[in-house]
Amino acid sequence: MPSEPEQQLRAGGGRAPDVFTPGGWVPMREYGEAEEVDFAIVGTGAGGGTLACRLAEAGFSVVAFDAGAYWRPLEDFASDETEQQKLYWTDRRIVDGSHPLKMGSNNSGKSVGGSTVHFAMVSLRFRPEHFKARSKLGYGVDWPVDWREMWRYYDEVEDALKIAGPVSYPWGPKRGRYPYRAHPMNAAANYLAKGADALGIDWTETPLATLSAPRGKAHPCVYRGFCVTGCSTNAKQSVLVTWLPRALKAGAEIRDLAMVGRIETKNGRATGVHYLRAGAWRFQKAKNVIVAGYAIETPRLLLMSANSEFPDGLANSSGLLGRNLMVQLNQAAWGQVADEVRSYKGPPSLAISEHWNYEDRGKDYFGGWSYMSQGPLPITWAKSLAGGRGLWGQALIDEMARNNHSVGLKMVGEVLPYEHNRVTLSDETDQYGLPVPRITFSLGENEQAMIAHATDFMDRSLEAAGAAERWKEMDDTCHLGGTARMGDDPATSVVDPDCRSWDIPNLWVCDGSVFPTVGGVNPSLTIQALACRLADRVKALC
Amino acid sequence: MADRFPDYHVLAKRDTASWNAQTGAVVDARLAKDPPEGVLSDRQRQTLARVIDRIVPQPEHRPPVNTLALVMGKIAANGSDGFRHHQLPETRRAWERGLDAVDAEACVRHGSGFAFLSDDQADAVLCAVEKGEVEAPEWQDLPAGLFWSWRLIPDIVSAYYAHPSAWSAMGFGGPASPRGYVRLQANRRDPWEAAERDDQAPSPAEARNHHAE
Ligand SMILES: Cc1cc2nc3c(=O)[nH]c(=O)nc-3n(C[C@H](O)[C@H](O)[C@H](O)COP(=O)(O)OP(=O)(O)OC[C@H]3O[C@@H](n4cnc5c(N)ncnc54)[C@H](O)[C@@H]3O)c2cc1C
Ligand code: SF4
Repeated sequence: MPSEPEQQLRAGGGRAPDVFTPGGWVPMREYGEAEEVDFAIVGTGAGGGTLACRLAEAGFSVVAFDAGAYWRPLEDFASDETEQQKLYWTDRRIVDGSHPLKMGSNNSGKSVGGSTVHFAMVSLRFRPEHFKARSKLGYGVDWPVDWREMWRYYDEVEDALKIAGPVSYPWGPKRGRYPYRAHPMNAAANYLAKGADALGIDWTETPLATLSAPRGKAHPCVYRGFCVTGCSTNAKQSVLVTWLPRALKAGAEIRDLAMVGRIETKNGRATGVHYLRAGAWRFQKAKNVIVAGYAIETPRLLLMSANSEFPDGLANSSGLLGRNLMVQLNQAAWGQVADEVRSYKGPPSLAISEHWNYEDRGKDYFGGWSYMSQGPLPITWAKSLAGGRGLWGQALIDEMARNNHSVGLKMVGEVLPYEHNRVTLSDETDQYGLPVPRITFSLGENEQAMIAHATDFMDRSLEAAGAAERWKEMDDTCHLGGTARMGDDPATSVVDPDCRSWDIPNLWVCDGSVFPTVGGVNPSLTIQALACRLADRVKALC
Repeated sequence: MADRFPDYHVLAKRDTASWNAQTGAVVDARLAKDPPEGVLSDRQRQTLARVIDRIVPQPEHRPPVNTLALVMGKIAANGSDGFRHHQLPETRRAWERGLDAVDAEACVRHGSGFAFLSDDQADAVLCAVEKGEVEAPEWQDLPAGLFWSWRLIPDIVSAYYAHPSAWSAMGFGGPASPRGYVRLQANRRDPWEAAERDDQAPSPAEARNHHAE
């Protein structure tokens, strides 16, 4: 049964939910549909929500749409894996290819605040060389941005989210102190450290977007461990509780439960968006349209918006829209230890090693990966054991009963861009009457070689830390990117270095789909940094 | 196997600071769920009940898990997880056809419906489905291995491990909000966490698990 915020509009009538107060409201400015606003933004996640804030603060008129609900975490979130599926994008999608992707909980959110409402908060910077993978490391493609520029925006985002991180970070160019002190490590994190020490590589506390000290109305993290099902205490610094309250204060309007189905164009320019809200299709006029629906919904919307001017979809003169879909490898090694670890306590990843993002020697593949300690909740863990190890019956029940002694390490690994990995439209329709996306994905040889190296290395680390009965979980992916790639050349990219479409000058993309490559770190900090950068570029351009 | 967490009950924390009202409400509603009417034939339902018995046996000495009701609820809602393997139909159709095929496979191999097989026979049929080594013609348009790994296993396992009895049996702390945890190090336990059976310990786990408030 859909809950109330999934059925009843919360934003409107001059107010939006106050995410810090049960039943509370904050004022919200509203714009008429016939009023041509400066920016219509589709999606309020890491890209769209951040951008809405920065553009509103720069004085632009902004309306941001999200198909998802406007939650007040304190009143709406349960500590429950099943109930909290309401945060995921569970609309119909078809998956194929030789490694069909598992979507939903794994990689797609549908909430005001986007996937950051249920993300795991790991907040990492790209290795500088990974922005120039082609010219510096000989694979993939280059980003049309300079790492020093990104470094400045990383500073801004880390401060906006009060990232809790280590005093000094072992890898890459020097960076300032993290705004908040690192969280204490749980036993699972200590096992990562022990293994890394034994193998002679660096590790550190994971920089996390959850509070280690109070901030305004938000309390510090209480180590309840339900982060990927949504944080009911507001310690998590999601877009919902950071950028969006700022956006509202600066005069942005947010429309919840508003599914954008088509972008209108006239004479080669975008004129506004058609969206379904409260049972009716509506139209919002806008001077600029920004698409920020993440790497499946962004190309889907641009493809669905095909018209006589742009028969192959908007921003698709290169033919690359929807192509070069990337995920990240999320394979793991697990084992059993005598200690009671109880990895359900605390954020799932409290320690990390980025060694293999920065070390290129000793690899028979391109790209980098990091690995982190783990803390799966019961359903997730049961699916890992049943799926990854083929356990069922009493064997599954008995193994589940030893969960408090399990330790694991999980990689976040770089997948290369391949044109055949892509999003297209199927001929089925979803509950909105819109074509269901088809997601085609296959791993290549480079990925298989990286998986082999990474799982072996993580297995050795567990062995060195004293874990027995080890096994490898070989089938998991996370994060999305790449389907509206940014670049210097209109023939090989969808958007230009300012994230503006090459074909339609007032149509922009601001989310994970602009990534030319994904590197070996979780993407959200980079998406937010790109959004801040885009806001500054827009100020210069518009 | 003996219960590793004797006398530990996640539900005993229902009215403590570990459970906010929202969590209490959703778990109460789940525990009260009965199998819905108007979905699956009697025969399919019997097959599903038996499959569930074999995949996730009930915990001993604990209130039973209503896995059947939860899985049938998902089938009735034709619930989407946000992705569908291109070779499988949607949830409801996949289950209807899959259960018919499991039943047919039992008939081919053992000459009787799945619900009436011995434990060993039932497990042999399930192994065949898991490996995709099936004989019944009902599998023609439904790849057995995919039905197993994309539908049967995730749906059943997710339903079972959504239940407090299953959480208690694995020593999981259960819902935790607004109160979380204080002691994060190895071998340290907050008073409201499960104590594991340990014959060397000065006091038995049963006794330590009585402070679960
Ligand atoms: C379980 C999980 C754990 C994760 N952990 C981490 C982590 O630890 N660190 C990290 O960096 N990243 C993590 N991620 C990834 C991170 O959350 C995403 O990469 C990031 O949020 C993507 O940002 P985005 O703006 O591109 O899209 P999203 O944040 O997904 O936002 C897109 C929004 O657009 C809306 N939308 C889409 N289409 C439409 C439409 N047509 N009309 C209206 N609205 C629409 C959606 O409802 C959604 O709210 C995790 C993700 C998941 C799922
Ligand atoms: S562990 Fe911290 S961040 Fe995660 S859900 Fe709990 S309070 Fe929120």
